[in-house]
Amino acid sequence: MQLVFTNSLRRHLIKLSIAATLVVALTSCKKPVAIDSEIVIGEVGSMTGSEATFGTSTHNGIELAVKQINAVGGVKGKKLRIVSLDDQGKPEEAATAVTKLITQDKVTAILGEVASSRSLAMAPIAQQYKIPMITPSSTNPKVTEQGDHIFRVCFIDPFQGTVMAKFALETLKLKKVAILRDVKNDYSVGLADYFTETFKKGGGEIVVDQSYSAGESDFKSQLTAIRGKAPEAIFVPGYYTEVGLIARQAKELQINAPLLGGDGWDSPKLKEIGQDAINGSYFSNHYSEEDKSPNVQDFISKYKEAFGVVPDGLAAMGYDAAKVLADAMTRAPSLASKDIRDAIAATKDYSGVTGKITIDAMRNAVKSAVVLKVDGGVFKYQTTINP
Amino acid sequence: MGIGVEFVQHLINGFSLGAIYALIALGYTMVFGILQLINFAHGEVFMLGAFAGMYFSRFFNLGAHPSFWALIATLFFSMATCGVVGFIIEKFAYRPLRKSPRINVLITAVGVSLFLQFSGQLLFGSDPKFFPQIIEAGHGFSFGEIRVNTMQVVVMVISLVLMAILQTIIFKTRLGRAMRAVSFNHDNASLMGIPTDKVISYTFMLGSSLAGAAGVLFGLIYPKIEPLMGSLPGLKAFVAAVLGGVGNVAGAVVGAITLGLAEEFLVGYVTPTFKDALAFAILILILLFKPTGLFGIRRTEKV
Amino acid sequence: MTTHPLTHPQSKTGLQSLWVWIAAVAVVWIFQFFFVGYVDPYYFSIVMYSGINATLAVSLNLVNGFTGQFSMGHAGFMSVGGYVSALTTSLVVAKYPGIMGVDAGGPGIEGAILLVGALFLGGLVASLAGFLVGLPSLRLKGDYLAIVTLGFGEIIRVIVLNLNVVGGARGMANIPALTNFGWVFSVCIFTVFTIWRIVNSAHGRRFLSVREDEIAAEAMGVNTTAVKVRAFVMGAFFAGVAGGLFAHYLRYLNPQTFDFNRSFEIVIMVVLGGMGSITGSVLAALLLTVLKEALRPLQEITRLDFRMVIYSLMLIILMLNKPNGLMGTREISDVYQSFREKLRVRFGANQGSDQKGAKK
Repeated sequence: MQLVFTNSLRRHLIKLSIAATLVVALTSCKKPVAIDSEIVIGEVGSMTGSEATFGTSTHNGIELAVKQINAVGGVKGKKLRIVSLDDQGKPEEAATAVTKLITQDKVTAILGEVASSRSLAMAPIAQQYKIPMITPSSTNPKVTEQGDHIFRVCFIDPFQGTVMAKFALETLKLKKVAILRDVKNDYSVGLADYFTETFKKGGGEIVVDQSYSAGESDFKSQLTAIRGKAPEAIFVPGYYTEVGLIARQAKELQINAPLLGGDGWDSPKLKEIGQDAINGSYFSNHYSEEDKSPNVQDFISKYKEAFGVVPDGLAAMGYDAAKVLADAMTRAPSLASKDIRDAIAATKDYSGVTGKITIDAMRNAVKSAVVLKVDGGVFKYQTTINP
Repeated sequence: MGIGVEFVQHLINGFSLGAIYALIALGYTMVFGILQLINFAHGEVFMLGAFAGMYFSRFFNLGAHPSFWALIATLFFSMATCGVVGFIIEKFAYRPLRKSPRINVLITAVGVSLFLQFSGQLLFGSDPKFFPQIIEAGHGFSFGEIRVNTMQVVVMVISLVLMAILQTIIFKTRLGRAMRAVSFNHDNASLMGIPTDKVISYTFMLGSSLAGAAGVLFGLIYPKIEPLMGSLPGLKAFVAAVLGGVGNVAGAVVGAITLGLAEEFLVGYVTPTFKDALAFAILILILLFKPTGLFGIRRTEKV
Repeated sequence: MTTHPLTHPQSKTGLQSLWVWIAAVAVVWIFQFFFVGYVDPYYFSIVMYSGINATLAVSLNLVNGFTGQFSMGHAGFMSVGGYVSALTTSLVVAKYPGIMGVDAGGPGIEGAILLVGALFLGGLVASLAGFLVGLPSLRLKGDYLAIVTLGFGEIIRVIVLNLNVVGGARGMANIPALTNFGWVFSVCIFTVFTIWRIVNSAHGRRFLSVREDEIAAEAMGVNTTAVKVRAFVMGAFFAGVAGGLFAHYLRYLNPQTFDFNRSFEIVIMVVLGGMGSITGSVLAALLLTVLKEALRPLQEITRLDFRMVIYSLMLIILMLNKPNGLMGTREISDVYQSFREKLRVRFGANQGSDQKGAKK
């Protein structure tokens, strides 16, 4: 019997076969699996796009940590190898990247992302494949709630917002504070919310709550409005990229109230851009450059050597995330993901650059915060606030 | 602090913000006037201007010896660089499309804009750079509690001078007459013996060098520059140009100042929430109800 | 664009018969039930995004390609649809957690009904936004319309950024995982089918007439106002549905996902495929989604990200050298026909069923 193909049917068959070829081609080109003498660790970060500077810092920190670990023989006799993928600052790209890391590169564990928005897109996938993931600096509490394989080595928003509110109330004895938040960053919004809550509970008053979005350059209108309310301090929980300019413009408007902020400030760029204007401001951070402990000083000098700049807070977080992971892998009885997961969860009093890190039952890092004062181009240690 | 003081302060802030928008808007309005093309890449030329100024002043270490001449030299260098960039963009991206549908040119403009943004990130790095203080910041002026920063004054004066020069070029020179002729009717101008391609090239260079100047002045007031800094001011400047009536130089300035003030007062007295949306809202309203802008001349659509 | 033919000569054959489309959907579901489990998850995710992007590109093509309007705010509609449907399912699932199934069972038929309802709702609200954005198109054209739509997209983003009910800047997490291969490609096929039918119907000729010459179309009695608004409303509907699929696949939404770079991406797909070619849009969406991932190794090696540079350069070169895109206004069937014709000329006549196509 002869089959007579009509025009259309034939056309569809061709289309189908093209599609089938594509699918086959896509599924067949697998990458070589990791060789036995190394442990592959995945990293997802924003290397391009509007938040590229954060991703790059974190990546440098991770790279430095891995270099140091490998220099002393790696983990369990195996060298660490980082595969780092860019997500352009987009959650969906981060999700694809983490899928690729897990299924193609067969990574043992994942480091990333800087921002909670991307970590939230990645976490369900890491959890689904039961691959441990440590985020260096995603502060939204929801991130680690995504599953028991998701950890972080930074504070969460409620803690850091509270730290600064307590500092303002108890140490600086302030009663009237203005807020200038970055509505584009979940981190900034989170800090501002928890600061407000604690500060009000402690009898303080938020005289005005202004906002901007990251990427803007002119904040005079917000600051003029804030000046009109005569606050004793302004809480600006944004990133250093904008805070330097905000400080300058506040000074230009002769606002003498100090600025308060969070760990997003920690960067040499803050001093460079803000110059004199940023003096007299306070921010909460993980560690102080003045900390004489050898691992802090060692980190700072090695980082300068490797990248030619003073590390910022994100670099330190990336460094610690990688170190905590390596530490856990060393302690784990095997490199099975369950063992690594359990070992990370059991991390206790690990002395990182960013403080003593203990992982709690909610897989968050419990560690104390320090408050620093910007003074003549240095970040001066003020006080330590324990959780 | 008095309500009046706050109001005057907002007014001053709005003017200085508007002056920057105006310099960018001038380039937009010139190009649009002559080619009816939204040069999306204009904001990126502005960004390149800021970086050119930064590298120039770093190279000669002008930050250490701030002076008026340092500023003039930087401005000049940056304007020249951007003029060349504008020339290249026009020649290689837009000129070959002179006869194509306008949509194609628009898409190309978007492409050029994205290309400059992302190659800028590769070239300059993505971290924000500090723009050296090439002119003495001084203490500015105080009138009671009203503050005027030296930079703001410098920027407004330079903007005014550049606008006056531009106005002279357009209305007092042969080139200006040719530009006006081309913008009025491309084909007729060409028939009258005006080398239209050359005139368009000059227009692009002029507009781009203004963007370059804007980049330097922006760097002076807001000393943080990065490769993606151009897109939002670029779009806002376009809105300013439309608001004033595209193709109209004085209109662009008025439009820019209006937009600067509107943003300032929205944030100061209503809500900061929708600051970035305001420009677009103004754009939509003006295009719907007075598409020729405040000072534009109505052109009838020919069938 | 006056040189483009108004009609698609080949379109009457085959593809208009309903059974082909039903068969395609059936194949999709067979694949969903029997094969999805065996596909590598990474490549699978590329396939899923290709499907979603194809839906977006085809729906934008209705506005930009067939009706000749130029919208650059498609990501805005996508976000409206995404947020509305995600909010719907999240609220329902929070109330009736059983819908998501117990343990490994996964969402059952209730989940499917919920998803379809939510997608439809998202699409409806998005089309309402499309109606609002479409209104200015009555007075504006070309560059002005482009920048106004871009502005609308940005306004939508700023509004979402300040909506606490959907998380604002923190984004919306824990959206139920309801999207699967079957739904993505059923929607994609349905979109292609609907738009194909529209532009090839007598009614759809009106869209094309507006593109070719608005004044002449008006003179011929075409209500250009209605046509333009309709194009926007329909384009927005499908973009909203695609946004819903996206939301329930990624399970996390953030306003920054829908900035104007996203809109540009969809525009690039339409332009690359050819404004006015449905299969072109599908092809380009597939190509660009795959290309993005294919360029990853380059980034891994160089430690620099060239992807956006390559994208934008491609866009410029395309406009300079091949402004009609890969397909122009032709469809894949046209290309196939002309290819066969060439073969015929070269190798002499084929037999039988080829005669009809060869006469073209």
